[in-house]
Amino acid sequence: MSGITLQIDGRKVEAEEGMTILEAAQSAGIYIPTLCHHEKLEPYGACRICTVEIEARGRTNLVAACLYPVEQNLVVRTRSEKVDKTRKVLLELMLAHAPDATELQDLAQEYGANKARFEKEPSFCILCGLCMRYCAEVKKKNAIGFVDRGTRREVIFIPEIASKECWNCKECFPLCPTEALQATFLLTKALMSPSPSSAPE
Amino acid sequence: MPRINSPAELEELRKGILSKRDPNKPCITLCSGTACHASGSKEVAASIEEEIKKQGLSAKVDFRKTGCHGFCEKGPIIVIHPEKICYLQIEPKDVPEIISETIKGKSVIERLLYTDPNTNEKIVHEFEIPFYKNQERLVFGSNGEIDPASIDDYLALGGYSALAKALSQMTPEQVLEEVKKSNLRGRGGGGFPAGRKWEECRNAPGEVKYVIVNADEGDPGAYMDRSLLEGNPHSVLEGLTIGAYAIGSHEGYIYVRQEYPLAVENVGIAIQQAREHGFLGENILGSGFDFTVKVHRGAGAFVSGESSALMTAIEGRVGEPRPKYIHTAIKGVRDRPSCLNNVETWATVPLIINKGADWFAQLGTEGSKGTKIFSLVGKVNNTGLVEVPMGITLRDIIYKLGGGIPGGKKFKAVQTGGPSGGCVPEKQLDMKVDFDELAKAGSMMGSGGMIVMDEDTCMVDVARYFLDFLSDESCGKCVPCREGIRQMLKILTNISKGQGKEGDIELLEELSEVTRDASLCALGRTAANPVLSTIRYFRDEYEAHIKEKRCPAYVCKELISYYIDPEKCQACMICFRQCPAQAIAGDKNQIHVIDQEKCTKCGTCIEVCPPRFGAVKKISGEPVPSPIPEEARMIARKSKET
Repeated sequence: MSGITLQIDGRKVEAEEGMTILEAAQSAGIYIPTLCHHEKLEPYGACRICTVEIEARGRTNLVAACLYPVEQNLVVRTRSEKVDKTRKVLLELMLAHAPDATELQDLAQEYGANKARFEKEPSFCILCGLCMRYCAEVKKKNAIGFVDRGTRREVIFIPEIASKECWNCKECFPLCPTEALQATFLLTKALMSPSPSSAPE
Repeated sequence: MPRINSPAELEELRKGILSKRDPNKPCITLCSGTACHASGSKEVAASIEEEIKKQGLSAKVDFRKTGCHGFCEKGPIIVIHPEKICYLQIEPKDVPEIISETIKGKSVIERLLYTDPNTNEKIVHEFEIPFYKNQERLVFGSNGEIDPASIDDYLALGGYSALAKALSQMTPEQVLEEVKKSNLRGRGGGGFPAGRKWEECRNAPGEVKYVIVNADEGDPGAYMDRSLLEGNPHSVLEGLTIGAYAIGSHEGYIYVRQEYPLAVENVGIAIQQAREHGFLGENILGSGFDFTVKVHRGAGAFVSGESSALMTAIEGRVGEPRPKYIHTAIKGVRDRPSCLNNVETWATVPLIINKGADWFAQLGTEGSKGTKIFSLVGKVNNTGLVEVPMGITLRDIIYKLGGGIPGGKKFKAVQTGGPSGGCVPEKQLDMKVDFDELAKAGSMMGSGGMIVMDEDTCMVDVARYFLDFLSDESCGKCVPCREGIRQMLKILTNISKGQGKEGDIELLEELSEVTRDASLCALGRTAANPVLSTIRYFRDEYEAHIKEKRCPAYVCKELISYYIDPEKCQACMICFRQCPAQAIAGDKNQIHVIDQEKCTKCGTCIEVCPPRFGAVKKISGEPVPSPIPEEARMIARKSKET
């Protein structure tokens, strides 16, 4: 494994090949905001809040820090006018779904995001997929999944699995960056719809 | 069928096929592609077969059901060889006459010929019809000559000679060099140089590598890949096998939409035949090179046309794009090097190998070589598939080949590149069509969709349509694409309903930028193109909707009203009777009046009002004149009706 040197916010950072920008930044104590990232899970790249600006091969680009592999001499800026503006709009888009989520509100304050900018879509869920991926990758239960695609995408508990597995687990609840209650609600709903025979004692 | 074990045996086989074919024997070819199928070519085929038998001509005339000829507007199409007499819009009842008059009697049936709408001249031969005459049909040309289910037809036209040449006379490196030198760019969307992708895949570490045909064509209005795969599947297989040889791959996939049943069927037949002949499988043509192909049927997701999503789908998972910071040519299907090109790109490869990179590179423009197949649809006289050299102007495509705009209407814009593309206005019509010029104009080549729009098209509505399409077809994984599209669609819908606000255009631009910069895959990164290009060229239309609550093209229902001009209405009762909402008041000799409350704006009245009256009109951006008082509605007739 050869060492890679890159520059993040003007600082020289040493990294290993195969690391992402986010990992390199974290190892150097440089903060990049994340919402759909979890250290126990495969990088996912859905929320894009970790978007950073890079300079590579003479070009400036916005990339997702949680996915982009480090390169020798890569120049990374975790904050710039463009990065901040992008994060602001992304937050506004997510706040339309979960206006009261504290994690989003904290970030909104940092980036000057206005939660009333877009019409409300009160789903509470930003489809970060943490619950689903944790259930699949860590717990290996696959009790949670997405249904449909595009703007109709939703997260659901799969009743047949959830009714057996979820009552004693619920480890996904605290992962939810918006509203843990939402997961409970969906779970309850899922458990109510099939036969209640497998409900816990 | 004995296996072909060497290029020499292939040439022997070819000679054998050709020796049994008399080039002067009459041959009826009937377009049996999907579009002609829909307009009744199956029935026509049945009556041709029957009639040939009935008239005792079975030994004297050949009949071939071919792939798509391209001139779909006029299907079903018959071309009679060797003269190439072209008959259009054939019905089963025309068939007996065709057989007796043209095949037996050698005379031409005037009424079935193409009529030039400008000169009223009848045109006998296919190659003289302007739609065909101005094309350069290199990749698509054989479609009309070949029965896709017959490998002999393909072999008779020189099929698999490029594969034989590559395997026996060239090293993989030389094949790669030839494709690189030809400057062939991917025909599926982005226009990435095919040779560079091949090279990257070839050089990537790993024993197992894949080559993939992307036949997940999903752009609204585009169907060239379908027609090619349906009509000439062996050309795609041959190109793919040559690519596999250059790259060092022994396994290939054809990812084809389940909604293309004929393509699925024909490519399946072609693979079977190629295997039997030894053009696929082990030790191809005695060269020692092994290659197998599997067909993977797509389950109907537009986003699966994106290369990484397609590869995820091949792995058996939901077709969701993956980041491509590491190219799929290095880490693709099952993390192995995977080289994906679209149907047309692969089908171009045998031509380059046979005729050479220099020949190919002399066609087209500096940055875009060769030809491109476009599907020309929308408000244009001759809809269909056209293959033209890169660098032709949009004007030539629309007017010379397309025959201009129907109904004497004015051209407004042409949408190229599908949902990821943009709208190009009149003032850019003389632009030379290639990858880079289209991108400069804010659109893109895409896979080659070309939707022509006339003055009756509302550009806000067009942008709304494409965003609506994308809101269903985005995979929904990343926030900028899913939410950006959702909000842009909301804003566009509001504008089209007359609920647009000051600042909406700027907000659309801001959202477009974030969607473009931050989305995970190309679908999201290009999703805003329809919005941006319409704002760029038709900002005044947006402003009319927002500020004046007016739709200049009279399309957006909430912004228009139908009105009967009392000066022109002749109280003929036609609209009165046909209005499905019963919103028209009137009687014999009573001027008709539309009840605006009841009107559903379906437009029936304007369609049925006799043109000589032309009494119904659309109003937008101004109040509807109040109806004339009932006592003034009586029309005094001279003496027509008693």
